[in-house]
Amino acid sequence: MTSTLELEPTPQAITVLRTKGDRIFRGILIFGGLVSFLVLAGIFGYLAQSAAPVLQAFGFQFFTDSSWYAGDGLLPSEGSIDPPTFGILPMLWGSILIAIISVGIALPLGIGIALSIVYLLPKRTVFGFTLFIDLIAAIPSIVFGLWGFFVLVPHGILWAAWLNEKLGFIPIFSVQFPAFEQSPFMAGLVLAIMITPIVAVVSRQIFALVPPDLINAAQALGGSRWTIIRDVVLPFSRGGIIGGAMLGLGRALGETVAVFFVLQLFFDEVNWYRILESSGGSVASLIIAKFGEAGALEISALFAAGLALFVITLLANAAASLLVNSSKAKK
Amino acid sequence: MTITSTKANSRKPWAATDTVYRNQQLLVHVGTPLLAALVVAGTGIRGGSGLFCTWLVLHLITGALLAKFGRRKYSIANSSMQVLLAASLIIFVTAAMSVLLPVFTKGIAAFSSNLLFQDASTVEPDTALTNGGILHAIIGTVIIVIFASIISIPLGILAALYVTEVRGRLTPYVRFFVQAMSGVPSIVAGLFVYAALIVSGILPFSGLSGAIALSILMLPTVARTAEEVLLLVPDDLRSAALALGATQRRVVRMVVLPSAGPGLVTASILGIARITGETAPLLLTAFGATSINANPFSEPMSALPIYIFTQMLLGGENDVARAWFACMILMIMVGLLFGTARFLVSRSGLK
Repeated sequence: MTSTLELEPTPQAITVLRTKGDRIFRGILIFGGLVSFLVLAGIFGYLAQSAAPVLQAFGFQFFTDSSWYAGDGLLPSEGSIDPPTFGILPMLWGSILIAIISVGIALPLGIGIALSIVYLLPKRTVFGFTLFIDLIAAIPSIVFGLWGFFVLVPHGILWAAWLNEKLGFIPIFSVQFPAFEQSPFMAGLVLAIMITPIVAVVSRQIFALVPPDLINAAQALGGSRWTIIRDVVLPFSRGGIIGGAMLGLGRALGETVAVFFVLQLFFDEVNWYRILESSGGSVASLIIAKFGEAGALEISALFAAGLALFVITLLANAAASLLVNSSKAKK
Repeated sequence: MTITSTKANSRKPWAATDTVYRNQQLLVHVGTPLLAALVVAGTGIRGGSGLFCTWLVLHLITGALLAKFGRRKYSIANSSMQVLLAASLIIFVTAAMSVLLPVFTKGIAAFSSNLLFQDASTVEPDTALTNGGILHAIIGTVIIVIFASIISIPLGILAALYVTEVRGRLTPYVRFFVQAMSGVPSIVAGLFVYAALIVSGILPFSGLSGAIALSILMLPTVARTAEEVLLLVPDDLRSAALALGATQRRVVRMVVLPSAGPGLVTASILGIARITGETAPLLLTAFGATSINANPFSEPMSALPIYIFTQMLLGGENDVARAWFACMILMIMVGLLFGTARFLVSRSGLK
């Protein structure tokens, strides 16, 4: 009798002896997990290697100069008579400017749509409407390119002219040549419609995480819809919304063909703020525009531009996923 | 007072209906758009955007009046917010429809049966629409998408399996890198394949090069969706199989994968829908062609997005009509894939 009572449960270590097949299997899975890392490292490595000739020749000035001249395709050290000069500052800033414009439009629009889904639309229509948003998010960018060129620009010229006429005294709406056709504003509008679904979907997911207790408590205190949104919903989901906006920003920075048709690239001068002027820049458009007829050195310069784009979008996306995930973990 | 203005609701007899409140709401929210239309018709304001702006201003004013003097009082901020939310919906739906509708009206207007069944080898710039077609581009898109799927679906599912089955120390990093990979700009994926495979002479401009570039864009979509699906498989099932003496390989093959099957199909379809319309990477890798090339290992190959892009650059009236028609075919393909994925999602209970 007593002997059974003396048996104290003691923790036992469990050792897993994996069969050979299992170890191989886990090895394959680990390889699968590492593929994304290998691809990212490969992209960085190959782009850096291919960009090396231009980066060595021009150094950091490649990112701060304003020029794109292929010359005779030889470096001065190789005895060039007509030396090329490459500097992508107008393209880099152009990409950022367009992305800022598009996020500036898509952020309020996307938040408005997400709030409408949660608070305004009849419950019966919500399913269909979210399906519609997902479908818009799936439209290929080339379709937006066609749409931008043939549908948006004819209207957009009128809006831009109106903005310039009424608000031209504000520097960002002033122009040197009133053409309005292929301006950063147009490119920003096209991208805004492309990334609005992204912002809306992410915001809606975050809004759904707001604890109902908080909302009920605010209602019990006499809060109206507006005060609840302002004081409970938006503060709670701020990080996630910013993350969604950054995801959209990353998409806008890297977009190529939708921008290509609605933006006039101008290489010799940075268009810092005149968003209605028909001159701007976009790294991705630059690559498509120059790739076809580029010589070896110019291709290398395009790789350097691609490398810059890669690094910038990677940073934007890393920041975005950190913000979205930390905001989701908060729930 | 309240009794005179309330009457029984025929559907819910126990719930009183405040008719005065309801009529005031109806008057303001239906009347204001009509008023805006009248104002626009009577003054010099023109166009849809003029109508929209007039409506917005008028509705903000009438909404505020209703909030202040209506039967139930609430803050002006509240009414303004509702009007602004409705405005954001109108802007988005109008813009989205203006994208979708022209694709189908102009696509149908350009339709003639030869467009579907001939390639473009006999087409010069601005040839009449009754000659030549886009068959080469459709075939190219199908081949490129199939090869991209063959590469990225297994790898994507492996990456997801690592996160859900191995659960090793690398899990957060694998998640992070998959997320980061989903942000790689499409043109950069094209440049990478151009540098790594085409410049170095491993592959020529070909369908396979294009497929590899697209698989880089497709992998993260497959991996992330597959991970969500695999997480839905209950851990009890895994434990039960292990307790029966199965090795992990058998657990995955005989329990996890079969029970996640439909979800994995959805993940694959979403990945395919993501890349079917990609243009920029194909321009640098598959390069485009005017005749049918069914061999993905050599010679440039066309695809619908490349075709649309080059037709846009030509710019003649018939060229652009062909581009719209190709757009319509592309949208139908993407829509079908998307619809299939959503149908499977609704059946599998995946969020």
